[in-house]
Amino acid sequence: MLKKKRGREGAEIPSSSLADIAFLLLVFFLVVTTIDIDTGIGLVLPPPPDPEQPPPEVRERNMLKILMNAQGGILVNEQRATIGDIQEKVIRFVTNRGADPNLSDSPERAVVSIKTDRQTEYEDYIEMLDEVIGAYRFIWSEQARQLGYTDYAQYRNVEGEPNPIRREFPMNISLAEPDAGS
Amino acid sequence: MSHFKKKQASTSQEIPTTSMPDIIFILLIFFMVVTVLREVELLVRQDLTSAENIERIEEKRLVSYIYVGPQMLAGGGFGDTRVQVDDALVPPDDFRGIQNVMRQRRTDEPRLIVSLRVDYESEMGIVSDIKQQLRLADALRINYSTRRAQGAEAF
Repeated sequence: MLKKKRGREGAEIPSSSLADIAFLLLVFFLVVTTIDIDTGIGLVLPPPPDPEQPPPEVRERNMLKILMNAQGGILVNEQRATIGDIQEKVIRFVTNRGADPNLSDSPERAVVSIKTDRQTEYEDYIEMLDEVIGAYRFIWSEQARQLGYTDYAQYRNVEGEPNPIRREFPMNISLAEPDAGS
Repeated sequence: MSHFKKKQASTSQEIPTTSMPDIIFILLIFFMVVTVLREVELLVRQDLTSAENIERIEEKRLVSYIYVGPQMLAGGGFGDTRVQVDDALVPPDDFRGIQNVMRQRRTDEPRLIVSLRVDYESEMGIVSDIKQQLRLADALRINYSTRRAQGAEAF
């Protein structure tokens, strides 16, 4: 009769090198990882134009027309302006509430329309868009301060989004098709 | 003069190392989860502009990138402005490929954000053409990727 083989003592897999293996993997992933969070200006494009449905009519006074040409020259409602004026002009336009007949009659209806040439430098365009968004952030923070918060970021942490301030001051930015230019 | 007896802790002075593998494993798992292994090989220059009023995109998995910039040539120079999606350049006279790719991604992930990483020297015409394709693809959430200006805080 054959002798039944018995398992030897200590047949476990040695685990002393486990830490080393884990270390190696850790170092590999440490080296490979890039924790970079994308930052930028977020926008929502309008849906594609529907040939049966014409775009909604916007009254002349509720539209702030910003034009930018290939040289970086700016027209705000047909008047020459510089990049530094834009923020102030947008704030005045949005918070007008009907006071000035040439500016918006309510913040909800106010639309900032941005139009460029095809040759306009992207850098200039972003600089301008940055100013317009800065104007809205300024307005939101003003409103949040009136409600007793230090700024809009704190208000948003409490109220979330969408919230009453965003509803009262929606960021209506219309990006028109660029002109073919010269 | 009496001698002060040197105080010695009765416990062992070695740091216990039995839990070290566990700690390392936790770190390992963290980095494995955070890592995005496959990065695109850039064929166009990416010198982004900076802006002040920017926001962070926290959900990185929702983001698809479109790269725009002067093509990097073999000799180290720069060519015309081209558009890159994934690993390929889009033909300059036909952007419909962007629409097809983004419509597919939009179907897979309805909350898709398209991040436009545009070099500062590009012109608005090409950016606008891409935007038109994105509108047709119904991928409406976009992001103009910019660096953070000095002193600015991401929203």
